[in-house]
This record gives sequence, C-alpha cells and structure tokens, in this order.
Amino acid sequence: MSNNQKTYWKGLEQLTNDPEYVKHADKEFPEYLPVSEQDPNSNSRRDFLKLMGFGIAAASLAACEAPVRKAIPYLNKPMDVDPSIPNYYASTYVNGGDAVSVVVKTREGRPIKIEGNKFSSVTMGGTNAQVEASVLSLYDKERLEGPMKGGQPTNWDTLDAEVIEKLEEIAAAGGQIALVSNSILSPTTNKAGSEFIAKYPTTKHITYDAISAYGISESNRRSFGTAMVPSYDFSKAKTIVSIGADFLGTWISPIEFTKQYSKTRKINEHHREMSRHFQFESNLSMTGANADYRTPIKPTDEGALVVSMYNAIAAKAGQAGVSAMASDATHMQQAVNELWAHKGESLVVAGSNDPNIQILVNGINSMLGNYGTTINTDSPVHFRKGNDADMAQFAKDLNAGNYSAVFFVDCNPIYDSPEGASVAAGLAKAGLTVSTSDRMTETAAAVEYVAPNHHFLEQWNDVELKEGHYSLVQPTIRPIFDTRQTPESFLKWAGNSVEYYSYLQDNWRSNFFNRQSDTSNFQTFWDKTLYDGVFEVGGSSKNLSFDAAAASTAAGSIAINYKAESTQYQLAIYSTVGIGDGSQGNNPWLQEMSDPVTKATWDNYITMSQADANELGISMREGNTEKVNLTVGGETMSVPVLIQPGQAVGTLGLALGYGRTMAGRVGNEVGVNAYPLVTKLDGANFYSVLAGVSVERTKESYKIAQTQTHQTYMGRENVIQEATLEEYKHDTGAGRWHPHVYKGGEFVAPGEVSLWKGHEYNNHHWGLTIDMNSCTGCSACTVACQAENNIPVVGKEEVLNRREMAWIRIDRYYSSANPEGGKKELEIAADNPEVTFQPMMCQHCNNAPCETVCPVAATTHSTEGLNQMTYNRCIGTRYCANNCPYKVRRFNWFKYHDNTQFDKNLSMNNDLGKMVLNPDVTVRARGVMEKCTMCVQRIQAGKLAAKREDRRPVDGEIEMACASACPADAIIFGDMKDPESKISKALHLKEKDGEVKVGEKRAYHVLEEINVNPNVWYFTKIRNKEKTEA
Amino acid sequence: MISKKALVRVMAVCSVVCCFVFSGPGLFAQADQIPTDQAIIDEGRQLFNEWGCNTCHAVDKVVVGPALAGVYDRKDLPWIYAFVQNSQRVIASGDEYAVNLFNEYNGTVMLSHDIADEDILKILAYVKDYTDNPPVADVVTATGDGTAVAAEGGIPAKYMTIIIVTLIVVLVLILIVLALIIGVLTKYLNEKKDLSDEDKEIVEEKVNLGAFFRHPGVIGIVTFLVIALGSKNVIDGLYTIGVQQGYAPKQPIAFSHKIHAGQYEIDCQYCHTGVEIGKSANIPSVNICMNCHSSIKTDSPQIQKLYAAQESGRPIEWVRVHNLPDLAYFNHSQHVKVGGVECQTCHGEIQEMEVVEQASPLTMGWCIDCHRTTALNTKDNGYYDKLVELHNKSTKEPMKVEDIGGLECSKCHY
Repeated sequence: MSNNQKTYWKGLEQLTNDPEYVKHADKEFPEYLPVSEQDPNSNSRRDFLKLMGFGIAAASLAACEAPVRKAIPYLNKPMDVDPSIPNYYASTYVNGGDAVSVVVKTREGRPIKIEGNKFSSVTMGGTNAQVEASVLSLYDKERLEGPMKGGQPTNWDTLDAEVIEKLEEIAAAGGQIALVSNSILSPTTNKAGSEFIAKYPTTKHITYDAISAYGISESNRRSFGTAMVPSYDFSKAKTIVSIGADFLGTWISPIEFTKQYSKTRKINEHHREMSRHFQFESNLSMTGANADYRTPIKPTDEGALVVSMYNAIAAKAGQAGVSAMASDATHMQQAVNELWAHKGESLVVAGSNDPNIQILVNGINSMLGNYGTTINTDSPVHFRKGNDADMAQFAKDLNAGNYSAVFFVDCNPIYDSPEGASVAAGLAKAGLTVSTSDRMTETAAAVEYVAPNHHFLEQWNDVELKEGHYSLVQPTIRPIFDTRQTPESFLKWAGNSVEYYSYLQDNWRSNFFNRQSDTSNFQTFWDKTLYDGVFEVGGSSKNLSFDAAAASTAAGSIAINYKAESTQYQLAIYSTVGIGDGSQGNNPWLQEMSDPVTKATWDNYITMSQADANELGISMREGNTEKVNLTVGGETMSVPVLIQPGQAVGTLGLALGYGRTMAGRVGNEVGVNAYPLVTKLDGANFYSVLAGVSVERTKESYKIAQTQTHQTYMGRENVIQEATLEEYKHDTGAGRWHPHVYKGGEFVAPGEVSLWKGHEYNNHHWGLTIDMNSCTGCSACTVACQAENNIPVVGKEEVLNRREMAWIRIDRYYSSANPEGGKKELEIAADNPEVTFQPMMCQHCNNAPCETVCPVAATTHSTEGLNQMTYNRCIGTRYCANNCPYKVRRFNWFKYHDNTQFDKNLSMNNDLGKMVLNPDVTVRARGVMEKCTMCVQRIQAGKLAAKREDRRPVDGEIEMACASACPADAIIFGDMKDPESKISKALHLKEKDGEVKVGEKRAYHVLEEINVNPNVWYFTKIRNKEKTEA
Repeated sequence: MISKKALVRVMAVCSVVCCFVFSGPGLFAQADQIPTDQAIIDEGRQLFNEWGCNTCHAVDKVVVGPALAGVYDRKDLPWIYAFVQNSQRVIASGDEYAVNLFNEYNGTVMLSHDIADEDILKILAYVKDYTDNPPVADVVTATGDGTAVAAEGGIPAKYMTIIIVTLIVVLVLILIVLALIIGVLTKYLNEKKDLSDEDKEIVEEKVNLGAFFRHPGVIGIVTFLVIALGSKNVIDGLYTIGVQQGYAPKQPIAFSHKIHAGQYEIDCQYCHTGVEIGKSANIPSVNICMNCHSSIKTDSPQIQKLYAAQESGRPIEWVRVHNLPDLAYFNHSQHVKVGGVECQTCHGEIQEMEVVEQASPLTMGWCIDCHRTTALNTKDNGYYDKLVELHNKSTKEPMKVEDIGGLECSKCHY
C-alpha cells in the first residue's frame, strides 16, 4: 500500500478534520462525563458517609448469614432435557413474508440462541440480524397475554363463540368477509384458510407485503404469463448489475443472496477470479457499498437507464429495441459490454417495484440467456406474494362498506401499508373486525377482537420457502402466554376443532409423504424431516418465453412516468438491514444495531448528499445535525438530516419501519413513519417519490446517535489494505503494506523487535481470519454476539455518550482520492466514495498492551492464545481500554441489569426478558471492563465434549457466534495448531525451524508496525476494477 | 377387610416360599455348572457393579429386589438368563414363579439388561462365591466404631491417648515429688543456724511476680503476642465470610445419604444423572425417587412427602447446600468423567452423612490448590496424548492440571 494515494475516512468530520472531531478523536471516551452531575438537592458528602457506614454495617451483617438458596429439580424430568446441557432443534424463522431455516439452541427448555440451518439449500446456514434478534421478541413482555375483546382481556371460549356467531350472521346475510395477510408461506396454513373459505364462501383473501415485490410478479405475469418471483442464483453470475436492488441487505431473500454472492468474491492464489458487480442506485445501500462500480443515479434516471441498457443489449443480440431514452449513467456502457461478454453467466436485478422497469429487466436477462442459469423460474420464491392492486381495492371496498367482516392475519396494514389510514378509517364500517397479532399493534388496537398467535418459536407449522423447498417450524418452548396458533383459530371458526399439530401431520401424510421414496413409514419420514428441518424436492419445470411486446409497452409507460423535474428533490424510500419493515420494532437489539452504512442507531433520518446539504447550509458534526421539514405531496414531517456520502445529488433517502406508535416501549416514537409516503405506480406500491418533494430548514438542532466516528484511530492508513483484482492477479501480495522499524542501523520488520518473550502454545492456539472481500457489513455477527454474550442495550443517550457495548463492531471506511482544502473538494470526495467494511473485535494480541497495564492482573493471556478478561478481578481503572490500540474494550458505566433507567434493555430488566440470557456467560456488573472473549464458553464446552469422548476437538465443532452467524462466511475461527483446520489452511501456516509462519500473502495484522501480534488476521480487500481508481 | 384375592395371593406366595424352604438346595442341582475360578469370580464382581446389579440387589439381603444368595438353586440357568435379560417377557409368558416374584415385590419392574449369558454366569460365580465364603474380614473393618487401624501401621489412636494421659500423670507425680523434696530440704536448711550468706539468700529468696510482669521486655512480648493473635483471628474471620464450610441446612425431606449411598451402596449416578454429562450433577427428580419408593417404605412420613409432591404437581424445594458464586463456572463432567475425581474428594464422606453438609470450603484457593497438585487423568484419553508427550520431554513430574492452563482465569470465569 506504499503507493496508495487514497484517503480513508469514517465520517465527513474526519475527512474535514473538524476541530470538534480532532479534539475527541484520540480519546476512548468523550471528555464530558455526565455520570454524576451534582444536583444541589442530591446527596451530599455527609449523606455519602452515612450511607457508607450503614452499607458496611449491613454488608458485614449480611455476610454472616448467607441467604438460603433453593434447588428445585423437576417433578418428572423429561427424558431429553438435562439441566445445563443445551438441546438444538431445527425450526424456521417466520416473520411476515420472510422465512429462514434455523436451528434453535435451548437450555432447560427455553430458546436462547438462533443459528442457521446448514441443511437448507436456500440459506445454507446463514442468518441475518433480524433472525438472530427474533429470539428476544419471544420474551417480550408486551406480547399479548391472551385474547382481547374491545381492548379488554377475554377468554377463548367467549371470543370463539362471538366470532362464530357473527360470522354465521354475516354468512346468512351474504356479507363479504376479508382475510388480509402478508404472504403466507405455509401450505398447511393455506389449507386451513381454504377450509375457512369453504365454510364461508363469501370470503376473499387479500395478500399484501409491507415491502412489496408485486412489481416483479406483475412483470412476470405480463412478460411470461405467470405471476411469480423467481429464484436468483448469484453464485453463477460473473457480472452482476443491480439497479437499486439491495439484494445483500433487504431485497427478497438477502441471506440466500449473500451466501451466493460471497462465493463469487472468494479468491485465493489458485483461483484469481471474482465476479464484477455494478450498482446503480440513489441511496448508498449496503449492496452498493460492496459493489465494484457504483453509480449514484436519481430515481427518475432509473427509467432511462433500464431502457438504454435494454436497447444496448438488444442491439448486441440483434433484436428490436424499444423507444429510446438517453441515459448518462457512468459505467453503463461498461456494464452492458460485460453482461454481453458473460451471456448466461450474468444477472441483472432491479429493486424497483414498478412492473414496467421489471419487464425490461426480464427482457435484458432473457436476451442474455440468464433464465435457466442465474434465474430459476422452476422454483419461484414465496417470500413476496402480495398483490398491491388487491390491497388498494380492499381499502376502497372497505370504505364503501362492502365488507361485513375483516380478519387481519398476523399483519399490521394500518401501520405498514400505504393504505393504512384508509383501512383505519374504513374499519368502522365492518361489523366484525379480528386481528391475530401477537401484540397490540396499530392494527390490533383498531379491531374489536384480537386472537393472538403464538410466536414462531412456539409453533408447529410448515413453510414453503420456494416451490419444492419446505421447512418445518417446530416449537422449542411451551406457549408462554394464553395464545393460539392462527390457523388453529381459523379452523375453529370454520367449525373444525382439530389440534393444529395433528392437522399439520395429516396434511404431510397425505400431501408430502408420497413425494419421497426413502421410507415407507410415515413416522420415520416425519422424524427425519423434523430432525433435518427441511424437506426439499425441487420445483417443477415451467416453459416460459419472453413477450417482446410487453417490453415496448413498458418502455412507453416509462417514458411517461419518469420525467425529471430538476429543481426538486426526489425521495427514495428504502428499508434498513436492522429494522426492515418495522415488525420487530420493539426489539432493542435491532434498534441499537448500528446501520451498516450510516452507522446510526435508534433513528431514521433523511440521507442527503453533501452538495445538497451545502446548498441548504446544513452541516453535520459527530451526529449533531438539524431537523428539516420534509414535505411530500400534502404531508409534512419533521426529520433530522444525515449527510450521506454517495447519496445521489438531488435525492433524499428515508427508511421504512420507524415511527411506530404501538410497537411497545422500545419501538414507540423512534423516528418517523415513511409508509404513508409510498406512492402508486401502475397499480404497484412505488417506493420513490419523483415529484412534489421539498425540504425546508427548521434550524432545530438534533443529535443522531452514530457509532461512526467512535473508537476511531485516525492517521493510520495501514488499517485497510486493498488492491484491485488486476494487481492481485500479478501479485497475490498486492495492496499489502509492510512496515519497518529502525533497529541497530537497519530497517527490520516490526516482529524482529520485541520486549515480549512470546508465548508457547502446546495445546490449542485459537485464531480468527476475516476476509474483507467477503464481508458485506450486514451486522448479523454483531447481533449474534449480543445474544450469545449477554451484551446489554444502552439506549440512544448512552450511544451518544459513546458507551455502546457491542463487542464486535463493523468499521465502515469510505475512501476516495486525496481531497485537500475546502468544501468543494469535500463534495467531490463525498460524491461517490469506495466503501470498505472491517469487522473489529478484540484482536487477542500475543503482545497485548492491555495486559501489561492492568494493575490487578484482571486481563491476562491464556496458554491457548486468548486474551482473558476476568470480571470479578477488574476494579475498573480503564487503563486497558486506554492502552488498547484497537479500541475494542467496553466499560460498564452503569448497572444495565435490573435498572429502571435502562428499561429498554429488555433482556436484563424483567423476569421474562431474562430468560434469553445465556446461562454460561456472566452478566457483568457496573464498573468492570469487558470485551470479546472469542466465545470462550463455546471453546470450553467444545473441548470438554472432546475430552469426554477421549479425542481431540474436530475443526468446525467449536464455532464463535459471529463466525457461525456470518452469511458470507467471511469469518473463520479455528485452532491454528491443528494443521487440518480451515484457518490453518486459509493462512497457509507453515512450520519452519520451530516457528510457525503465515504463508498467505493476503493475510495481515491491523497496525502491524506496533507489533502487538494479534491472533486475528485480516485478508486484503480486492476490488474487481480495471485499475486503482476512486 | 382382606379381600379374597389378596388372601389367595398371600397363600400363593407362602406356598412358593414354603416350596423353596422345604425343597432345600438341590431343587436345581446345577451349582456345579457355576465356575469357581477366582479370575471369573473377580470378573463377576466387576460385572455385578458395572451393570448396576448392586443398585437393587445384594447377595445376602433384600435391597430393592430379592437377595441373590442361592438363586442358582432356586431356578435353572436358562430361566435366570431370560429373567435378567427381560424380566417382563418372562412375567408376561405367565411363568408362575416370575409372576409371584413380581407380585411379592409390589410390581417393581426389573429393568431389561442387554447382557450376554456368559456374563450372567460370571456374575452367578461371584454370587456363589459370596454365598459360600461370606467376606468376614470386610465386615469387621466396615463395622469398626472409630477404632479403625491407621493405614500405615503406626500406633493406634486409642492407645496414643492412653500413652499421653499416662505420661502426663507420671510427669505430675514427678513434679509433686520434686516439690515435696524442695519443701523438706528448705525446712531442713531453715532449721540449721550456721548457714553461709549465700545459702541464706537462696533459702529466703521470694518469687517476685509483680516485678516480672512489669519488666518492659515481658510487656513487649505480651503486647506483640496479643496483637499478632488478634490480627490473625480477624483475618481468618474475614476469610470465612461467605465460606459456608460445614453448612448443613435442614432439608424438606430427611433424606439420608448414609442409608442410600452408604448402606445400600446405590451408585451416585443413579440419582445424580448429570454428573458425567453436564455442568450440573442434578438433584434427582421425584420420578427417580419413585423408581424404588413406589414400593419401598411406602408408609414412611418422609416418603409420603414424595407422593404428596407428585399429587400436587409441585416439585420439592430442596435447600441448596453447595453455592458457588455465579461468576465461577464449574462443570461436574469435567471433573468426574474426564478427571476421574471421586465425589468424596470435594463432597467429603457423603456416604456417612445423615444430613448433607458442605465438606469443602469451595473457595478459589481451595480450587487452585487442587489444580496445582492433582495429576491429570490422561490415560486412554486421546485429547491429552500429544500434551503428555510434550510434557514428558521436559520433566519427569506427572502432568498437573496447572501445566495445561488449569490456573488460568478464563478456565472458570467468563
């Protein structure tokens, strides 16, 4: 990296060397410490002495007699539950239209951790932040404790009797009944639904999705004659072009796509090839941050871009084009050329929900021959089956008084659909309104009856992720509250009082058992499917041919719809990786997870380009920003501004999923609700507002809690080491920076000079490698770590005080050609920077600076390479944190458990929430330091399991929480003493003269020149670019 | 009123028993088929314990199941094999003897054992040997009432006291004699008038205790001793805060380990099922108690509490005796299964305890001491092979827990 001319920066304040930033940059903690700001009425010194005297007396008295503790065994111990021994069950995460095959870890019969199911060919063992966090939602006190009627608790018998009575009245009078739901993926639930419909034939089922992909299914209907959302296979694509699709973060099936995509980004000296990824988008999405070439475009330019690409490809394919539109998007021509060069091995996706855009994209993929290779129509996905047109019609009909009964099936349209206000207004006209929401959502509060559903961890069910790819939902805990599974409720109302479990089994016996030939015993089949969690038989072949006429019609519509009015802003509505559609809004782990790109927590905001901010006169320093009045159509809302590098000039971004009013104590009043701003285009929900958007300054100051510039270490450009694929092809060590230190008249490698004697590792030597080329920044690891290691949530105020507790953070660096000077240059640098993600946790240094400064030896080195942190010995001097070059140590400024001031820390502040805590990990007290332990509890458990079986641990048996969560397989954990381990092979460890050398040229230590010799290795970032260009 | 059925049953049992009593040995004259080879007998004893026969059976007395002495005289070998391997099948087949036996023991099911015929024969060899030669020597040592002979052949403890007491008595007598002699001699000298001045001084010398105690040296020494002893007591006292060694709370059920583990030698794991597989040893659930107590001592008020618990559905709330702080992680399987540590090492002579008490201090110092001195149980454990090899290269000392990082913080604190 000696010739690297790039500047790396974490935030604009660092780039501009803002005085405020510089003042704090080298400090672990900000100067102001508002721990005990003295209130004149508060405790005086005298009170303190009194209290202390009393305290000592009380403590010594208390110490004389230890409290009596009870040990309560089971009355009848279940065969397969042993206290202290975890059990794992395959199940499926279900939330709205999202479903992921998972394995649930339970202790003493309560789920405490969710991991991916490696048997699933869809997600292949990956998870994301929302899946990891969902286990906390199970223990949310704000779930409904039983059925409700008119806002008051009732019982199931009353509810059933009244609902059935009203239904029969309505049926007798021929009234219309509506079932409104998100995409239902369960075949058996659908069967139960059809039984209900058979009993009440006037029932209409309306499916919508909070974040719709109706545009895709509609486009397929128009261009192929079949409405569906196909499967994509990014792993087979050598050229990937995404037009506004955040496929790694939020689009359709992000875990699956990340798994596939990361396969094309893995390189080594024998395989020096990777995919090339072009991204055209308005907001800087996580996917855009990973792209090799990214072009910021306005939403209105999307139309011209797609049309131009279609015509360019058509010209190459010798087919007729559509009426032309001019696009000046950079890299467009290059993308077209490469797509054509990789016919059949390329993929074009668009995030737009406009069917016309999707039709042209279908056309492009069709001309490229991608159907059958990277696009699979045989197994369409079931995640997004919503029909926006149906939903709009429903809202109209409801208001017209056409519906006598409405059932909201596990959905919350009053909040999360653009028709929300209209649905809320029309509800009064329906005689019977029922919701099956498991909590008092905005919709549940507006209906007469609530028949709460189980949490997915309490359910028996099945899920069809894609055609022919089934996954079973298995309960891992007895229902905590008096809830009932939704399909069982519907069966009951249809007059069938069957228990849902037997209904499910019967359905599988008659409809799935015959689709396999491995066994003729149903119980064997059922047990095996339950054990595996998945049952995959594949889809059915569909012969589809693209209808070129649809393309010209679509191009016509595009020409009309996408007209730029250059003087005005355009709004691009998106969803974030953490909060998504907002249904898990009351989950504090997700609220506090810093956004992969903006690094903001606990908020939504307008993302705005530096140029636009300059024009408005808005500046942002360390999260200090101001609110503006955003007016869209007739609606005005007050939203803070976040200046986002890479944002297309003239566009604003605003995330969905916030501004909830009935989510619960955590999610209420966080940000603003963007759903009402969603517009309609060609019958589909359209997530861009192309006209009528204006912004007005209010000068009201506001703080956004970003973790962005916290724990920074500036001026050290040896942290990110990167090269282009071209350079890597010639030299696998390209981009590496080799520091030298001066010793005795010559320059030597830093490792040659050491004060330390080093450590001898006879048994294990644990280590981590992190491939920065694979890491997409998705933050699944941070939430997985939070769940595994009992990490508290501190709340927005404390994040602002730089006291977030996450043990693993993902540093997001922007880089651009060296800017010097004033605002104009800043604009250029922030125009479209490159982005690098670097997961950062305790580096477990062999020459650890923290260990040498601890006055009480609370942090020490183990014989297995771990840097150990002993909470019960720590006295809280914080010397270690001050001396840590990586700033990965976290201090417990407060008691975060059993403290009403931290009541958003749900996992530690009520008895129900505490059930999620990992019993093998201490809940830390106030005043002690903590940090990544390399999941030492898992290491110890794995070693013990091996010892009990008289063998060495097998590689892969012990896995850190972050590594097992990673959907991109960017993190490898293992024993570097085991020559067969994945990590030894990845690092090409070679033993020479009793010394182990790392043979992999991409591997480097962050801050190598200080020779702290970490056990965490990073692999250089390789961008698939022609040459070094910013 | 006793029902007719019960009467018939009692009579049937009586007749069967009488049958045995009067038929005497030789009903099945197959004793000669049972091997008497000492090696086989030893193997049989081992198998008897390994298969957990000892949990329910003893040779010379009734435990849960019948005493086994002379069982080979009562039934033929194939019957015994069949019954041990699957008692329920034999009972179900309508075998009269089996059915009666089953009823006699209140329908307690003997679990099926997947054990080979020849192994059963070996066990029978042991049973026969035990029957024919009751282990007299064992009985004597076991019933020793505190006069147990010290292992290394030193002086027995009882004699030690006698010797010491005798010695003290002798010493006191000598002192008295000496005092008498001094008295006599002084008297004699006093009676003499012509004593020299020096002699006079000695004779008239008086012990001045006051001057002795006022001596600065003495005051210094006494003060030092008082302070030193005082401080030691305070420090020792402070160290015992939170240490509950000897803690023996009253339990809701007066369960006696002395009876179960001591007298009946029930394997610890029969009840403490987690001890080899998990962190917790597990306090047995009521259903484990009921395996035996559904038929044994059913009228005891203590056992009645079990039935009450089962009926009410409320588990028994035992008082926890061993309380480790939450910040310390201790795993039973690591110590018992991997390390091969005896339960008694930490829990004391549990088989002697009527009421369980905390035998060890459970302090970190106590843990560390053991980790410093205990050699690892590395035999036949593939995990340790390379470590032992490396260790033996550098030293001849056995590999201790300490040597593989057993004193490191993160082994117990995380």
